[in-house]
Amino acid sequence: MTPIAPTFFFYFLAFLAVVSAIAVITRRNPVHAALSLIVTLLSLAGLYLMLYAPFVAAVQIVLYAGGIMVLFLFVIMLVNLEKNIREYQWNKQWIVGTLAAVVLGGLLLFVMRRGYDIFPTTFAGLPETQNTQQVGIWLYGNYMLPFEIASLLLLVAIVGAVVMAKKRI
Amino acid sequence: MAEITTLHYLVLAAALFMIGTIGVLTRRNVIIILMSIELILNAVNLNLVAFSRLYGLHGQIFAIFVITDAAAEAAVGLGIIIAFFRNKETVNVDEIDLLRW
Repeated sequence: MTPIAPTFFFYFLAFLAVVSAIAVITRRNPVHAALSLIVTLLSLAGLYLMLYAPFVAAVQIVLYAGGIMVLFLFVIMLVNLEKNIREYQWNKQWIVGTLAAVVLGGLLLFVMRRGYDIFPTTFAGLPETQNTQQVGIWLYGNYMLPFEIASLLLLVAIVGAVVMAKKRI
Repeated sequence: MAEITTLHYLVLAAALFMIGTIGVLTRRNVIIILMSIELILNAVNLNLVAFSRLYGLHGQIFAIFVITDAAAEAAVGLGIIIAFFRNKETVNVDEIDLLRW
């Protein structure tokens, strides 16, 4: 089954993602920035669906928009930002930083434009109905060791976060 | 209407990466800097998933690992912010200079 009106949905979701990403880095209030970041994450989940990756899209919504953003909002509430909101929000090297980032973006576009010919023109035959099963088989087959290392990383992160945020150990 | 190719997705990912880099380099609020890092990681994820359409499932597996790392990084980073705010009452990166000589 091919996606319906992919051109319209791609430009719509891309526009939404870029506009709310710009809002993330320009808003003064971190709560507004976090809410804009949620819009970016949701539109990226839509783009993953258009790329035949429903499992990654679901993980994006559940883990990113559901879990990580709640963590961010929680910390914004914990940290008292009343004073910070009234301060100047940009640091001293913002001109140089913006210039460097724009140059980096131009370089990326140049490389993509030049290197586009070496991409294969045909799509890999991804199974459309068994994406989640295939991802599970890959995760517990070829990627067994990285999978276990990732679980270890999460354990270390939990311990680290508790140690950092605790008042007295 | 032109067809949407992989290049479209790559250009979108490059734009998001650039916006995230600008956020990291120009903002003073460390919470917004962490959010910009999330933007960068999402741009990388979009690249990986776009390439997985050409080369098979490997890209999606890597995208899942990147999301796992993002969760770990957010948890530790936000813990550091809480610990620091308790000590110095600020979240501005240019006032966080304990290790500067």
